[in-house]
Amino acid sequence: MSDNPFSLWVYLSQSPLLWLTVTLLTYVVADAVSLATHRHPLANPVLHSLWIIGVFLVLTGTSYTTYFSGAQFVHFLLGPATVALAVPLYENRKVVAASILPMLVALAVGSVTGIVSVVLLAEALGLPRAVILSLAPKSVTAGVAMGISETLHADPSLTAVSVILTGIMGAIIVTPLMNRAGITDFRARGFAVGIAAHGIGTARAFQVDAVAGVFAGIAMSLNALVTSLLVPLAVTFLIR
Amino acid sequence: MIASLSLILLCQLAGEVVVRGLNVPVPGPVVGLALLLLLLLARDRFAVLARGPLRNDGVESASRGLLSHLSLLFIPAGVGVVQKLDLLADRGIAILFVLAVSVLVTLLVTVATFLVASRWLSGKDEAS
Repeated sequence: MSDNPFSLWVYLSQSPLLWLTVTLLTYVVADAVSLATHRHPLANPVLHSLWIIGVFLVLTGTSYTTYFSGAQFVHFLLGPATVALAVPLYENRKVVAASILPMLVALAVGSVTGIVSVVLLAEALGLPRAVILSLAPKSVTAGVAMGISETLHADPSLTAVSVILTGIMGAIIVTPLMNRAGITDFRARGFAVGIAAHGIGTARAFQVDAVAGVFAGIAMSLNALVTSLLVPLAVTFLIR
Repeated sequence: MIASLSLILLCQLAGEVVVRGLNVPVPGPVVGLALLLLLLLARDRFAVLARGPLRNDGVESASRGLLSHLSLLFIPAGVGVVQKLDLLADRGIAILFVLAVSVLVTLLVTVATFLVASRWLSGKDEAS
């Protein structure tokens, strides 16, 4: 009888059900807190879910592989969510068509800035080559960035982490930064956060303004294209 | 609801097939996005297509549902940070600094480029 709680834990901790439930519950609480603080940038639901789940895994000695066996069902939805971006794009097609040229210019400049700035800074700070290669694609959404990282023979799991950290930081600073800079054009604000901070930035943009969300979504999809072409080029030119 | 989800998955699947088949360095879901957009635009032109999930806001409301909790979908990959704790203890400050400066610079450069380009282009339109 005294064995039961332990064997129950052994059973549950190996089942996808527990980790899927933990992921959803933590997010629901983090999102409720974010809503209660009127979407304060520092109450970012991704940030707080990550450390809560992370601490929980470390305390219970659970491996990431075990956790992921449950969480993969959520992770899988990243693909369909990317496809779903077609709908806000379709609904706002007139606004988008009217600003197609500034979008293309900002895409080219922003995408190059995102890659070059991270590679040069990391080199200046003397980070190892393997780390620099893993950081280079950090401005695009996780699945794409991990693919780029693989083709460079870098470390895809470090890439995933740097992608998420970039997204969280972008989502936290964008609103105060743009407000302070006095930028009121939500097309430009959304587009910038989509380029710099991919899906987490896009999620933030949808919280602030619908038009900003649409432009962030477009920026994120276009940047996924451009960055997968540019990163291999950039690393050959920039890393000695 | 199920039909709408199927349509979204079908677009993604077609995107993956195109990407693998033609060996292009583009993510499959991005091609899927383009396909769904084309379908929605085609539906407005050809009434035959307005059936199933392409009718009565079907695929639209399913997509809005998926996108309303986009943040949630990044959590599983992000928790991977627990595998990198020794690297972060070692190089964490430098990595965080690099990422923070890069995201700040990228935000400012992109927003400035967008504003300058849109002002410049609309200025030209008024002149012509």
